[in-house]
Amino acid sequence: MEQSDIRSAFFVECEDLMEALNEGLDRIEETLDEGHDDETVNAVFRAVHSIKGGAGAFKLDALVRFAHQFETTLDSLRAGRVSVDPPLLALLHKAADRLSDLLQAARTGSEAADIDPDDLAAQLAQAAGEEEVGEADAEDLGFVPMRLDLDLPVAAPDEVQSGRYSIDFSPTRALYACGNDTSILFRVLGDLGRMEVRLDRSRLPDFDSLDWQESWLDWHLTLETDEPEHQIDEVFEFVEDLCRLEIRPMPLEAPGPDPEPEPDPEPDPPASGPAAPRKAPVEDGRNASPRATVRVELDRVDRLINIVGELVINQAMLSQCVQDEGVPPRSPVRNRLDDFRNLAREIQESVMAIRAQAIKPLFQRMSRIAREASEIAQKQIRLVTEGESTEVDKTVIERLADPLTHMIRNAVDHGIEPADRRLHLGKPPVGLITLTAAHRSGRVLIEIKDDGGGINRPRVLEIARGKGLVAPEAQLTEEEIDGLLFMPGFSTASVVSDLSGRGVGMDVVKSAIESLGGRITIASDPGVGTTFTISLPLTLAVLDGMVVDVGGQTMVVPVSAIVETLRPRPTDIHVLGSGDQVVAIRGSLVPIVDCGSIFGFRAPVRSYGESVLLLVETARQKLCALVVDTIHDQRQVVIKGLENGYGRIPGVAAATILGDGRIALIIAPEEAVDIGTSGGTFSMEF
Amino acid sequence: MAAVSLEDDLREVVAFRIGSQEFCIDIRAVREIRSWTPTTVLPHAPSYIIGVINLRGSVVPIINLAERLGLGSLEPEARHVIIITVVEGQVVGLLVDAVSDILTLPPSSVQPMPKIASETTLSFVRGVITLDQRILRLLDLIGVLPNVRRMM
Repeated sequence: MEQSDIRSAFFVECEDLMEALNEGLDRIEETLDEGHDDETVNAVFRAVHSIKGGAGAFKLDALVRFAHQFETTLDSLRAGRVSVDPPLLALLHKAADRLSDLLQAARTGSEAADIDPDDLAAQLAQAAGEEEVGEADAEDLGFVPMRLDLDLPVAAPDEVQSGRYSIDFSPTRALYACGNDTSILFRVLGDLGRMEVRLDRSRLPDFDSLDWQESWLDWHLTLETDEPEHQIDEVFEFVEDLCRLEIRPMPLEAPGPDPEPEPDPEPDPPASGPAAPRKAPVEDGRNASPRATVRVELDRVDRLINIVGELVINQAMLSQCVQDEGVPPRSPVRNRLDDFRNLAREIQESVMAIRAQAIKPLFQRMSRIAREASEIAQKQIRLVTEGESTEVDKTVIERLADPLTHMIRNAVDHGIEPADRRLHLGKPPVGLITLTAAHRSGRVLIEIKDDGGGINRPRVLEIARGKGLVAPEAQLTEEEIDGLLFMPGFSTASVVSDLSGRGVGMDVVKSAIESLGGRITIASDPGVGTTFTISLPLTLAVLDGMVVDVGGQTMVVPVSAIVETLRPRPTDIHVLGSGDQVVAIRGSLVPIVDCGSIFGFRAPVRSYGESVLLLVETARQKLCALVVDTIHDQRQVVIKGLENGYGRIPGVAAATILGDGRIALIIAPEEAVDIGTSGGTFSMEF
Repeated sequence: MAAVSLEDDLREVVAFRIGSQEFCIDIRAVREIRSWTPTTVLPHAPSYIIGVINLRGSVVPIINLAERLGLGSLEPEARHVIIITVVEGQVVGLLVDAVSDILTLPPSSVQPMPKIASETTLSFVRGVITLDQRILRLLDLIGVLPNVRRMM
């Protein structure tokens, strides 16, 4: 129970450590030319070391072994025995990725990651041990002094070759009641090494007041053993709940049975230095975190967000009641209510901000994806990230991982040309992918830019025609051709490559982005590169909506989708073919989609001359006019998921609660247009 | 039959009326009983789903039980009652005529449905309970729910 708490805390901490590790490696990479600074290497080393220490405490052997090897290599680097060059850096990056995999495996309890496919450990060992220092020596000497760094209570790692432990052991009455015998325990312990046993009977009361059933005796043991600490734990395994037990490693006495009798000749200055000065950088590293933070379970935050959402709805209901009661607008009650509204909104915004997180971990993951992808594709790639501190809703970050992964792989696979071709074109051989995040007018913009060949439009068009996605004679603009990439079933790679040909196309990316209320656009310049721009809402919890009436139902249309609203003149409406209507707006014809009829609230109206049209822009359909009956007002609404209690309804994004307490559905304009323009009637399956 | 053995620990049921028939469900599935409030219509929903209501901030679909059970549609009115149930974590409201009782059952009082029952009835009713002069049909809540989640 408590153990598992500590364990999960360890993994949470490891996430931070991995972040620090990756960040450090990136910094080393950036400063490769000017020579890295020692503190950065130290920071990387400390991160790996702390992970190893924690892993040792939880007996995650595979993790400890790998982390140890990793650490040894970093130690050589720190000591200046090896110098950083791009191959080593690539190896370190890979090792960091592997460490992250092992952590993940340990966390989920899967054993799969136990195999080391690339023999990374051996590569690391080779990288570390080229020097005259014998490998085994380097490990132990590099390691033993570091033990003192750890201020984790149980962090003494497994590989300690020899140790002295002080064991305080106070059995409870239950221990004896269960039939355990301390002498047997001590005998087993004695088998581990040399042991001294001291009995402390200071708690033993006078004979008169003695409760003979109670346990009064404490034992102090000193054990010198070559066995790892967990062996000692195992001896006490069956009685650990029945006693007070404290096992502390003790410093080895100088003449003790130390297998490394001469640590001093070690050429590594930090390793031979005393432990005390080493502590300082560790603390520096901790204090370096700029702001104090509190870890809070996500559930609690979400509950708070929900309650605040209720508060905002409640406030809207209250305002409506007051208005309905006929209270004049400038009266004190209304003024106070306005204050209340502002306050409620402010609380809501602050609470939303809790869910916001820097996008950095996601970008770090993408660096890894790019590294792996470039290796498979045999291309040289540099991924540059900008705006890593941009804060985005946590859910958005989580749900962006897959689309971004796919796009990075695409950029490596299809975007960047092979090195020889790049040289031929006069470009630097190393391809550049830039990943940028920024806040722009209440939305988050994420840009994935490569300096590759750009979209091969004739080829795209040819494929689309070949697959029957476009009519053979259709003339498409450049933008329309780019848009074909998002068509379901489109994939340009003529050979399905290992990388991006996984049956997932850009259409999946697009729908993933849209499900987050975002949009994706392409800009491509032949020979210069391609830029994908993703625009996302800051939060998934509220949205600016236009409250409208459709066929007697109140619905909400996201304002972000609406280009303009208009009431057309009857003469602007034209009927095409069998009842399909279009509206002429400034010379162009825009198809009309009746929200009332696509949702089945009413039959299609003969003429929409009297209706209100909301002009929306969609990726596939360009402009489209949604018909609604009346527009009530525009307001911020709290988004409520529908899918928990019910399935997904086509054309409906979510629901919200209006001021009168009733539920209104939020229209997904893109889907609504698709339903309306695909012509067919739609029914949901049950 | 597994369905009957499930009823071994059934002790208390909420009994309610639809038209002239009496039904009941396990009280542990009932979260609350509330009066009818107007719903928001869901597009393209099957006819037995009346719509959704706001239950203290969550969106809860309401099933017209009469229609679902093939007993003719019940036009919702203010005198009708919604039983809010929780089945496998899903919150669903059932529109019924009236709630009549909360009953404590003697052990193993649930009898399997007679074989003469129609296919529809068999899929919604898990068994019958006879109490004095009354016959209560024990509703299979999972069978009544829309299959949406199984689809997803």
